[in-house]
This record gives sequence, structure tokens and C-alpha cells, in this order.
Amino acid sequence: MEQLTQDYLRTKKLPHIWCPGCGNGIVTAALVRAIERTGYDQSEVVIVSGIGCSSRAAGYLNFNTLHTTHGRALAFATGLKMARPELKLFVIMGDGDCSAIGGNHFIHAARRNIDLNAVIINNHIYGMTGGQHSPLTPTGMKATTAPGGTLERAFDLLELARGAGATFGARGNAAQPRQLEQLILRAANHKGFSVLEALSPCPIAYGRRNKLGGAVEMLREMKDSAVSMEKASGMEPEELEGKTLSGVIFSTEAPEFSEEYYRSIGKA
Amino acid sequence: MAETKPVLMQGNEACAEGAISAGVRFYAGYPITPSTEIAEHMAARLPDLGGVFIQMEDEIASMAAVIGASIGGMRTLTATSGPGFSLKQENLGYAIMAEIPCVVVNVQRMGPSTGVPTAPAQGDVMQARWGTHGDHPIIVFSPASVYETFYLTIAAVNLSQKLRQPVIMLLDEVIGHMREKVMIPEAGKLLVEKSSDNIPADWKPYDEKGLTPLVPFGFGHYYHVTGLFHDQYGFPTGDPTQVERALDRIHGKLEKYRDEIVLTNYIGHKEPRVVIITYGCTVRSARAVVKKAYWQNRLPVGLLSLQTIWPFPGKEVAAIAKQADVIIVPEMNMGQIVGEVERYACGNAEVVPLNRYDGEMMSPDQISELLGRWL
Amino acid sequence: MSNRQEILLTGAGGQGLILASIVLAEAAVNDNKNVVQTQSYGPEARGGASMAGVIIDVDTIEYPKVTKPSVLLCMNQASFNKYIPKVEPGCTIIVDSTFVSGPYREDYKINALPITQAAREQLGREVVANMLALGAINAATGLVDREIFRESIFKLAPKGSGELNQKAFDLGYRLYNEGMGQNLGISSQTPQ
Repeated sequence: MEQLTQDYLRTKKLPHIWCPGCGNGIVTAALVRAIERTGYDQSEVVIVSGIGCSSRAAGYLNFNTLHTTHGRALAFATGLKMARPELKLFVIMGDGDCSAIGGNHFIHAARRNIDLNAVIINNHIYGMTGGQHSPLTPTGMKATTAPGGTLERAFDLLELARGAGATFGARGNAAQPRQLEQLILRAANHKGFSVLEALSPCPIAYGRRNKLGGAVEMLREMKDSAVSMEKASGMEPEELEGKTLSGVIFSTEAPEFSEEYYRSIGKA
Repeated sequence: MAETKPVLMQGNEACAEGAISAGVRFYAGYPITPSTEIAEHMAARLPDLGGVFIQMEDEIASMAAVIGASIGGMRTLTATSGPGFSLKQENLGYAIMAEIPCVVVNVQRMGPSTGVPTAPAQGDVMQARWGTHGDHPIIVFSPASVYETFYLTIAAVNLSQKLRQPVIMLLDEVIGHMREKVMIPEAGKLLVEKSSDNIPADWKPYDEKGLTPLVPFGFGHYYHVTGLFHDQYGFPTGDPTQVERALDRIHGKLEKYRDEIVLTNYIGHKEPRVVIITYGCTVRSARAVVKKAYWQNRLPVGLLSLQTIWPFPGKEVAAIAKQADVIIVPEMNMGQIVGEVERYACGNAEVVPLNRYDGEMMSPDQISELLGRWL
Repeated sequence: MSNRQEILLTGAGGQGLILASIVLAEAAVNDNKNVVQTQSYGPEARGGASMAGVIIDVDTIEYPKVTKPSVLLCMNQASFNKYIPKVEPGCTIIVDSTFVSGPYREDYKINALPITQAAREQLGREVVANMLALGAINAATGLVDREIFRESIFKLAPKGSGELNQKAFDLGYRLYNEGMGQNLGISSQTPQ
């Protein structure tokens, strides 16, 4: 573990900027362990991120790291992957970054089935700007821009990805970091556009306003409400109310875009 | 210089071919009139050259993809027109801040907004300068012919690489769409100024000692690229000293290489009384006028045409203003570059705008009519 | 400037006028002349009116737009009505009498030739009417060396249609010359 920290984290850049109780560090650690297990050479790994709390992770990771503009991480990554298909790209985004301002790029990356690993840290809120609702904020939950609770409905990010053509979708959470690590590894090993939704607590901008308790309570609730796909298949719809599906939600195969492109021009 | 042969070529095509000659092998774009021929030409040509053409989901993504590919080590181009140019601005600023080379073509159309998509206008001169937020430097070329489009695109790509700075090709619809006889090298002949191959062991992406070439991702230099103000390793900083130094750095490189960047051309009388200063397709009308007035009739008239409009050729304009009594500035807008001309003329010459903004090209007759007032 | 030739090709979208202008421009380049070609863009170019301009000069061409056509081709009635009032006497005017019925003005020398009809009846292909028109224009003006023009047409024609397009070009010459000889093509009707 210590070696991993030395190799893959920019220890001089620590401590990180995240608040006490934030789950971003847990997800980032799971990502580092998963990358280690892929056996990729450090020099072939690229971390791309958007804008927001979670996207700051790129700065702490000792790879080639690209901290882009808000919502556009997948579009930058698409260009890089097409230019250098041999590179292994992990694209870290927040829920607002990915599904609001970056929603168009998200569905089109899925449609192309380009071999990028999207890691969306979903804390249901815009944290960096102090707690505004995102397209992944559940209906009724409060935010500074929805003081009475948001009237809007939330996306199911993985169903959105599946509908748009992504070939791998999985959900984990910060309360179960070993499973998260395993899921990121599976996403990395999947050829095509893979989407990993990592649920993560934001006690400061989301939990406090919605009276969800502190980080410990939020993590406990995450763990308790997570239901594996296998378990869910044997449950009644009423029993599944309020639960969150976790694990690999879907995994299929389809032609991968960068490979298809280079084959089409006779270079693969 | 490589061997040349005469061909008939469209301006947009010349832009694409110039880019290819300069080693561009990556194009990302989104269809928009009147720039679409550039995308179509790249889509036809790049695959055969082992390059990448990708039509992105929108203009913003096109700009982002181009920056991503540049970080991967490819020479890149994207082309658009007014509305798309507006959408590209945020990521253009990113490329300036992060010092990622790329060339952005804006084939201008009549605006604001959707405007007249097929009509020529020079309304994006100030947008090209100040379209993205913050105090940033920019290089903008404005060709007056198909030939200039070809060679300025090559210059744009090479300068962009050398300075790690986005360069904008600001084309007029007239130039982008017209076909013209040009003498250019055979297709495939490379006119690439190679960037340095010698990467020192202590390479830093934003070395405070000065310009360093961009080492693409994937070669073991684990640096950080961000739009945040950053130190010489690319890591975010809010330290006032470093912030100031970073801004000085991106402006300073353009100042240092100013004479390579700023391209102008003067024709006409050695001691002119009236000088026309213009750029883009309007140069064509002005040259027709000056040829007649000076070459045929020996009137004290001259033309300063600006191939580079940003950074503004202030030194050249100031010198003209000291000689001439009157400077006429024809533009196909309501007056944009004329303000800069006035600024550098410093009251030494009377600066007279001549504007056309009806979606038609400025005609030689309009210019000669105005010129007649002083001759 | 005196060598400047401005050719305006007008008609309906789909009559191949843009292509004709490019072929003319290419031929002029191959004949070592300076050339600029421009065309109308936009929705009107996709079915409505179509217009293309070619400027040929031995000197450098500055202003790229056609202002005083020395040659005008009108391939339909609408373009005839629109452009005839804009040209000056002395302009070489060629109209496709298949679609244009005048009125012809006495002070203008107008060559009314059954361009599309001849393409259809004698070559079996209406689509080559544009090359036929180029033949007539070149016969009337000698803008480009005839053999260089024919070679350029062959090179630019879609694969397998080079000879057909050359035939159309030659037929344009014949139509113009016969029209001259028999005084059929030249109309001097007075309007109204």
C-alpha cells in the first residue's frame, strides 16, 4: 500500500482540498488500487477530469493528468484516445459535470462505444460551488437552488448510458471500497465505453442540508441501501423501494470506435 | 522551396491542404456553413494519410477533442463559423492557458447570431481577439487569397507548435468559397518546421526559463495539464507571484517572437498622402484601386494589407501615420480594426472608416469614391 | 484590366452551372491564365436559382466578383429576365432557347441556341447541356484554347463519361457555328 502511495500519488500535492467526510478520497484510492491491478504501465495511463470537487483527483495522481473544462472531459478524452489509441484513459467526473453540462458528450461517448473508462463520483450535489442541485439529485431533496426540495426528476445515469449505447455499466459506493475497486478493475478490462457510478457522501453541501447526518451515517445508509443484482433478482418490487442496485448492472459487447476507425483506414 | 504547379483551388480546400502540408493529421469538427468544405476535405484526405477525422457531437466537443489530440502529440485543426466560434471560446481559452498548440479556422459569416449564413462579413475581428474570457494573447491571420490561405495556414500550424499557442485563421466567406489559380507544392510535400527532438531530463512543461516543446502524454513525463493558473510543473497555484508570472509567460512569448508573427505588406507610393489599411478579402478591392491610382496614374496612394491582425501591427501603422495625411480603413463591419488603427496613428494622420455591412463584398468603386475626396 | 473577361453562368439549380463554371475555370488554368471562380450559395443553390461567375485574365485578378459580364449564359427564363437588364451592350449573350422565349432586344446580340434540346435529342443525355453551353461560349469568345478545354473536360468528367462530355462540348461549337451561318440562333426580336 505504501509503495502504491509512493508510485501513484503525488504525495507533495497532499493534503487534498476535500472536506472532512468527503468520499472522493475513498473513490480515488479505489481507482489507484484498480489501476495497479490492471498491470498497465504507469506511462500508458492517463487520468482526465472535468471541473468540480471530484475532478481535482487528477492533480493528486501521478500519471499524465488532464484537468479539462467543466463538462468536457469526455470530449477531450475522445480526441486523445483517437490520437493515441494505445493509451488507457480514466475519466473522472462529478454528477453535475457529467450529466448536466457534460450530458451531450456523455451520451455520444456511449454511442460511439469508445474505449474510455468513465468514473462518475455521484454525491448528488454541486459541492465546489456550495450545494446546488444536479440532474442526479433525487426529487424532493434540498439544495441552495432548491430550498424547498427539487421538483425535478433525477437521471438513472446507468440506464441513460445503456440507452445511449454504452457497453458496460456498474455502480458501487464509497462505503464498500473493495467492491468499488473490483468494479473499476472490471470497467478497465472491458473494451468499449464503460461507466462506473461511484456513490459518495457529501456531508457538508448535501447531507447537512437534507438532515442525512454526518459522513458515518451517510456511508452506513449507502451500504444498507445497496442491493446486488443477484439479490435484487429474487426480491419483490416493494422490497426494492428505496434500494440502490449495485455491482455490474450491464455488460455487453459492441465494436469499439477507435479500433474500428484505425481498422477502417488500414492501420490496425 | 518544394516544387510548385498551378491548380484551381477553393479557399476552404487550400486551408485544409495547407494544414495537411504542415503535418496536421487530426481534425475534429461540426458542420457549419460556410466552413463545411474544410471538414469534408479533411474527411476525404486524412484517412489515406493515416490521420484522424472525427465529426463531434457539437462545436464545444470539437474544440475539446482537438486539444486532447494535441496533448497526444498530433498536429490538429478545427474549422467553424460565427455561431460555432462562439461555442468554441471557452476551450480556446483553455488551450491558451494550458499552452496546447492547435489551429482554429473561423470562416466568417454575417452576424450576429445565425445572421446570413452564406453572406460575407468581417464581424468577428474583435471576437477573435477577445472572444474567450480573461487577459489572454492570441494570434490571428486574415488571408486575402486562396494562395495566402494555403501559406498562412502552414505558418499558423508551425507557429502554433513553436509557441505552444492556438492560432486562429480568420477567413472571409468570399475567400473560403472562391476558387482561384494558385501555385502550390504537389500534394503530400511537407512544409513542417519540426519542433525540437531534444527533451532534457529535467524537462518541465511550463519551464520558467522559457519556451519548452510539448512532450505528448504517454512518454513517462507525469505532468499535469489544467486551465487553472499553474506552476512550471503544471500544478494549480493561487500564489500571486506565480499567477503574475504565468500571465507574463503566455504574453511574453508572443512579444518575443513578434516579428515572426506579424505579417504585413505595403504596396504603392513611397511618400503616400493617402494609405488604405485593410485585411482579408477587402484587400482585393483595395488593391484593385491602388493599382489603378498608383501604378497607372502615379497618385500618392498606398495600401498596407494586414495578413496578421492580432497581435495588431501597431508599429507598422504608426510608421504609415507619420508619412500619410489620411488613412482609409475599409471593413465589412461597422468599424472594428479602425479603432486599433486610430490608436496607433496617434493623431498623426486622419483616420477614416469605410464600412459595408449589407452582406455584400466591399467593391473597388466604394473605395475609389472615398479616395477621390483627397486626390 | 482590359484583358479581364467576366463570365456569368445563370439558370436553375440542377442544370450543372456550378460544375460548368469549375470546368471553365480549370480549363483556363490549364491554358496558363489567371482565374477566379465564385458561385451563389445557400438554399437557393439547392433547387432554385443558380449563378456562378468566372473571371479570366492574363494579369493578376484582384476584385473577385463579376460586375460587368463580358459573357452571359442564361439557361432558364427567370435568369434571363433577371440578368439581361444588368448587362451592357457588347456582352456576349447565350441563352438556352429550350427554356427561354425572349423577349429579345435589338441592341443586344443574343445567341438563342436550343442547348438542352440538342443535348437530349442528339446525345440522349440532358445532363450534358452544361458542357454544350461551354462549347457554345468558347466558340463565341475563344476564351480558352479549344484543345486544352477538351482535355480539361475529359479529366474532370466522371469516370466513363469523358467522351460524352467532350461530344457535348463539340456539339456546342457546332450549334453556335451553325446558328451563325444560318442566322437561326441569333434573334433580334424587339421586345413589346
